[in-house]
Amino acid sequence: MAKRVGMEVAIAVAEAVGQCNIDMAAVYPITPQSHIGEHLSDLVADGRIDAEFITVESEHSAISAVIGASGTGARVYTATSSQGLMLMHEILPIASAMRLPIVMGIANRAVSGPLNILNDHSDTMPQRDSGWISIFVENGQEAIDMTIQSFKIAEHKDVNLPICVNIDGFQLTHMVESVEFPDQEMVNKFLPPREPFATLHPSKPLTMGAFAMADYFTEIMKAKNEALKNSKKVILAVWEEWARMFGRTYKPVEAYKTDGAETLVLTMGSMGETAEMAIDELRAEGLSVGLVKLRLWRPFPFAEIRDVLKNAKKVLVTDRAVSFGGPGGPVFSEIKSALYNERVRPAIYNYIIGLGGRDVPVTDFVSMIKKVVQDAGENADTYEFLGVRE
Amino acid sequence: MIEVRWHGRGGQGAVTSVELLASAAIGVGKYAQGFPSFGPERRGAPVAAFSRIDDKKIKVRSGIYKPDVVVVLDSSLIGLVNVTEGLKDQGILIVNTAKSPEDIKKELKYSGVVATVDATRIARTELGVPIANTTMIGALLRMTNAMKIDDMRETVTHRFSRIAEKNLNAMRRAYEEVKISN
Repeated sequence: MAKRVGMEVAIAVAEAVGQCNIDMAAVYPITPQSHIGEHLSDLVADGRIDAEFITVESEHSAISAVIGASGTGARVYTATSSQGLMLMHEILPIASAMRLPIVMGIANRAVSGPLNILNDHSDTMPQRDSGWISIFVENGQEAIDMTIQSFKIAEHKDVNLPICVNIDGFQLTHMVESVEFPDQEMVNKFLPPREPFATLHPSKPLTMGAFAMADYFTEIMKAKNEALKNSKKVILAVWEEWARMFGRTYKPVEAYKTDGAETLVLTMGSMGETAEMAIDELRAEGLSVGLVKLRLWRPFPFAEIRDVLKNAKKVLVTDRAVSFGGPGGPVFSEIKSALYNERVRPAIYNYIIGLGGRDVPVTDFVSMIKKVVQDAGENADTYEFLGVRE
Repeated sequence: MIEVRWHGRGGQGAVTSVELLASAAIGVGKYAQGFPSFGPERRGAPVAAFSRIDDKKIKVRSGIYKPDVVVVLDSSLIGLVNVTEGLKDQGILIVNTAKSPEDIKKELKYSGVVATVDATRIARTELGVPIANTTMIGALLRMTNAMKIDDMRETVTHRFSRIAEKNLNAMRRAYEEVKISN
């Protein structure tokens, strides 16, 4: 087994990118992502990796530059956060329509206003329908593993789609914690060089990202949707291969003490392990509770969600973003939609938690879960902002 | 699990302390976290940083509200910041000051153990600068037995290369010179 080291997670992510034989990266600094870009540029400048690091004047340019480079067949990486991701927004669907396997780290941070630099998921949620694969990590080790896995998933010939790895800002990016790096030779074996479907080259002209009016646009949108849905097969296969080679198992939906549990709480991102502690505490008190952790956000794992929730009487979905004027948080909507056609459905509750960096300790999870356990049903299908002062 | 809160001013190296401590603890087979108080920081303004050290994997990711130990890098913060806030009644308060632990105990009306060491003086002698963050790690290790001073060697060497030995000496002196309340 590899030696555990203590490292800040943002630095560890850059190190992981450095293990992936990238050709090019373009990153614009923004808190709390900056340490990823800074360290990656160090790796290039120090000659530790043979890649181009393009310093750009904005995130819009960063994503545009990686699109261009990816079009030539290069293996590329970018990373951003919050307002930077919002600035990339208009380019994101172009990357997926052009079927370019770009890997992007997102250090999740609240979107202004008011200006706030701390963690929630309000930056990544508006990108949901951009046609990118989207995964969430729970700790530093997952951030390393999934960054490496992402290149293999994105570049697979049956996928050819961009992918974003969501890493909670500060809670993960600024945490020095225990991680281990996979052996470089094993990574090389796991991740062979990219074999692009087509490449831009002056001596062999072709067009990417062309013009399409009503006669083709629908077909292209359907193709993108099919590609994203189909990517799940590859994601599962890559995770299986990872487990065989590196011993750590990943699933689209993780279950923690769900067997026979009447009430399940659902998290996505770095609060999963804190929620596990609440489950342990409540189980010790004799409550029938368990935890579901959603790792794959797009393509959404409908079958796995239905399976893990099928015997629950109540489900408490936590969200780290608001869908203003909508039915609750974005994760809540998705879970409800996944369950709509089921003949027997659990009562479903929604808490919007940890906005703009508001801390959610174990005690908050305990009281949230208890409230749902004790509810006679009158508060089902509603949403609440945890701990809001009114 | 030991939970530690560090108080300092921006630029005094509280964040470096928690990074060094976590890296060293993990390096000798323990589990640890080191993190700043999240958000913007300014040179000279009061800052806090946090450490967790355990023998098993640490799951919790929320803030530390009831620390076992509080380390104060700059005693001018006492009175400005409530340094004993949430500190366990039977916890440990370690202050960088020339004052006696009894004086601090009286001043703060704290029921637990108080330890003091003139870390700024040690840092001036050993490092030539009045920056006491690494020195205070020595005092923390004396008061908690979380690790041995030698366990810090690899991490400190990696971080400070030429001046690593001076930092280790400063830690050792703080370890030996710390005064503990009755």
